[in-house]
Amino acid sequence: MTRINVTVDGVRYSDEVEPRTLLVQYLREGLGKTGTVVGCDTSNCGACTVHLDGTSVKSCNVLAVQADGHEVTTIEGLATDGELHPVQRAFHETHALQCGYCTPGMIMQACDLLKENADPSEQEIREGLEGNLCRCTGYHNIVKAVQQAAKDLSSQAVGS
Amino acid sequence: MIPAQFDYVAPTSVADAVAALAEHGDEAKVLAGGQSLLPILRMRLNAPGVVIDLGRIPELQGVTEDGDHLVIGAMTTYAAVLASEAVSAHAALLNKAIATVADPQIRHRGTVGGALVHADPAGDVGAPALALGAELVIAGSGGSTRTVAAEDFFEDLFTTAVGEGELLTQIRIPKHTGWGAHYEKFVRVSHQWSIVGVAATVRSEGGSIAEARVGLTNMGSTPLRARAVEEALVGKQATDEAVRSAVASVAEGTNPPSDLNGDADYRKHLATVLTRRAVLAAAGA
Ligand SMILES: Cc1cc2nc3c(=O)[nH]c(=O)nc-3n(C[C@H](O)[C@H](O)[C@H](O)COP(=O)(O)OP(=O)(O)OC[C@H]3O[C@@H](n4cnc5c(N)ncnc54)[C@H](O)[C@@H]3O)c2cc1C
Ligand code: FES
Ligand code: FES
Repeated sequence: MTRINVTVDGVRYSDEVEPRTLLVQYLREGLGKTGTVVGCDTSNCGACTVHLDGTSVKSCNVLAVQADGHEVTTIEGLATDGELHPVQRAFHETHALQCGYCTPGMIMQACDLLKENADPSEQEIREGLEGNLCRCTGYHNIVKAVQQAAKDLSSQAVGS
Repeated sequence: MIPAQFDYVAPTSVADAVAALAEHGDEAKVLAGGQSLLPILRMRLNAPGVVIDLGRIPELQGVTEDGDHLVIGAMTTYAAVLASEAVSAHAALLNKAIATVADPQIRHRGTVGGALVHADPAGDVGAPALALGAELVIAGSGGSTRTVAAEDFFEDLFTTAVGEGELLTQIRIPKHTGWGAHYEKFVRVSHQWSIVGVAATVRSEGGSIAEARVGLTNMGSTPLRARAVEEALVGKQATDEAVRSAVASVAEGTNPPSDLNGDADYRKHLATVLTRRAVLAAAGA
């Protein structure tokens, strides 16, 4: 067992983990943060996407011990004071999900994409979400959601 | 699935990492970004007794300049290479090729050194490293280091000059300042490994090609350099016709795989088409 200290969604944790524990396993089984899901065995689907020190990673492809001393944000840490994050709200309002399984990862990756590029074109949105698969929506409304979130975030930035 | 049990060490210097490798011998496996190794461990295709994580060694990170060379630490992530102005200015080809690797999440974790040592024949980093004449610095036991030319580095499928007990520490790339560059990657769906890829970088002089470097991805068990084509391109106008004839023989002597994505003859045809496109784009035509 190896001791790790990680901050997850703003809370500090100190835990003993087996070195082979995947970050996603630690989040779900160790911390009960089941908002982050596992959709594949090959690191292709992106459903498990979280932020590690502010950038997106596939948490099925990172060991918990590699996160020692670092900060993780999951889908459960996006909302503030019960208020949905603008990207979450845009997914809700534009019907960017059907079964919802891909949604946590999609939203986390969309946040990363908008941090890198506040005003992405449709093509840039599709490429930025290349590592996130959706079996239901055909992606159309996901792209719309990211476009709406980009607008909301930029008017928020102007307003503040 | 999750990996089999292993012990974990996270050294903070190259010397300690090499010592850990020596101590654990063939029980040990080095972990870089983990983007190839962790899927392998999860599928239980490999079950090392000890995993040596290079992620806490600052000296392996980042891009620096050393005279007429760029020096890229083996643990520099794809994302850091893409963000590096020095790489864009002096080794644009590497930037272009890496931009096509996998997806943003994997580019945040995957490293240049990990990609080169993994040496997947369909990987996109080998061909540009070869075309740019990179040199690979390898650290071994007792503080020894040696430098291997990219041409001698790739030995076979998933096999490089990095031996047991050794670490790749640096990638040294001769500056190609002002050279145009393009990586033409052929895939059928998004987020796919190269069916064939062509890395081309060109120094132009008044509309014609003064020098060219061409590397091929997935046209054999290792990345390949197309030297005959490089020579045939010298002095040619950057026109469709001239480049088409200069690159016509690019697939000669290659030995690409046949698989569900295409048979060897199809790949040879692709290589000629993609080389023409890559060279023309690199020449700005
Ligand atoms: C879904 C998916 C899609 C992908 N698509 C592509 C793609 O389109 N193109 C592409 O090129 N790649 C692709 N990859 C692979 C990706 O580029 C890997 O990141 C890369 O091949 C390995 O780099 P790493 O740093 O993650 O190395 P790791 O996975 O940590 O290590 C890979 C191997 O190299 C050894 N190693 C690593 N660093 C060193 C070192 N410094 N010294 C000695 N040995 C070392 C390790 O022991 C291991 O055997 C994809 C991966 C995934 C999961
Ligand atoms: S569960 Fe991590 S990429 Fe599919
Ligand atoms: S909404 Fe069902 S997988 Fe995307």
